[in-house]
Amino acid sequence: MVNIIWGLFILIGIIYAFLNGNISDINFEILESGKSALNLLLDIMPLLVIWMGLMQIAEKSGLINKIAHLMTPILSKLFPSIPKDHEALGYIASNIAINMAGLGSAATPFGLKAMEKLQELNNNKKSATSAMITFLVLNTSGVTIIPTTIISLRLASGSINPTMVIPTCILATTCSTIGGLTIDYLIRRKHGEN
Amino acid sequence: MGKISLFALPLIVLFIIIYGFKKKINIYDAFLDGAKEGAITTFKILPNLFAMVFAVNILVRSGFINDAFDFLSTFLNRFNLTSDIIPMCFLRSISGNSTLVLMIEIFNKYGPDSFMGLLASTIQGSSDTTFYVIALYFGSIGITKSRYALPAGLFADFCGIIASFILVSIFFGS
Repeated sequence: MVNIIWGLFILIGIIYAFLNGNISDINFEILESGKSALNLLLDIMPLLVIWMGLMQIAEKSGLINKIAHLMTPILSKLFPSIPKDHEALGYIASNIAINMAGLGSAATPFGLKAMEKLQELNNNKKSATSAMITFLVLNTSGVTIIPTTIISLRLASGSINPTMVIPTCILATTCSTIGGLTIDYLIRRKHGEN
Repeated sequence: MGKISLFALPLIVLFIIIYGFKKKINIYDAFLDGAKEGAITTFKILPNLFAMVFAVNILVRSGFINDAFDFLSTFLNRFNLTSDIIPMCFLRSISGNSTLVLMIEIFNKYGPDSFMGLLASTIQGSSDTTFYVIALYFGSIGITKSRYALPAGLFADFCGIIASFILVSIFFGS
């Protein structure tokens, strides 16, 4: 699926640019898009190094296990295929909590760590498990209570009330999460998986 | 509300360190182990990130998305909306940076507290960038068969965008 879409993006982009004479922009992107990717990577790398360091302390000290144990009753409904008290649940819970607080970039290392733990439970290392996809849907639907970036940009643009979008953002992201989890549940049930 | 965000991170770090001391583990060594892992993970996601940005930037730059869905503008005009909101809807799942730029453009053109500005803010907040999250999360562990992850993620985004239109109309519609 990603394979086809990736190719289609490039095909459509280049052919459309030929048709409307936008080709110099495409030349620029072919040569320069690597720099935007590198910038993105440079944004993530320091966070990964620092937070994976801190998370290792949390894991060694048993804190992650403790969070996993506390959250098992709630999360095991969403992730029936993850064993009780498994460390993956601790990372998933931390990721969700930090995302909700609007600290999206600090949540990413926890999410990556959760994926790593889920991969340990995976029999086919190339193929995503249902638990991975459920977790991914939770992340792409962006469960956020305080949309910090949006609020600061609204403030910078001279909004009189930058936080007035908090209720609509919370409700919209809730709809997105519920929609995503519902379709995920239906697909899982159709496949006869947990 | 912003206070929570301000205090959350220092408190998390403080808690991790105190807990580490309490359990008498070698926290410095643990940090170094983890940090090394973080550096390795960065290189694991590098190819996926480059691949994704390459394809996404070409598509966005071609202007295809802006033009392809222009036919929706007559429909939107009926609801006092302009076509400036269309690329935001279709790019939300593909490129978070692009929609952030579009949101700022809408702020500049209509004002952040206008109906368009509020709608753009809500759409931006309704979901995260599905393509980016898939590239990052699956890339880091070497998953190449994403199965139904993309359709499920896109469906979640779709629900969020439809909900944004409805919610902003209810909350801020005249």
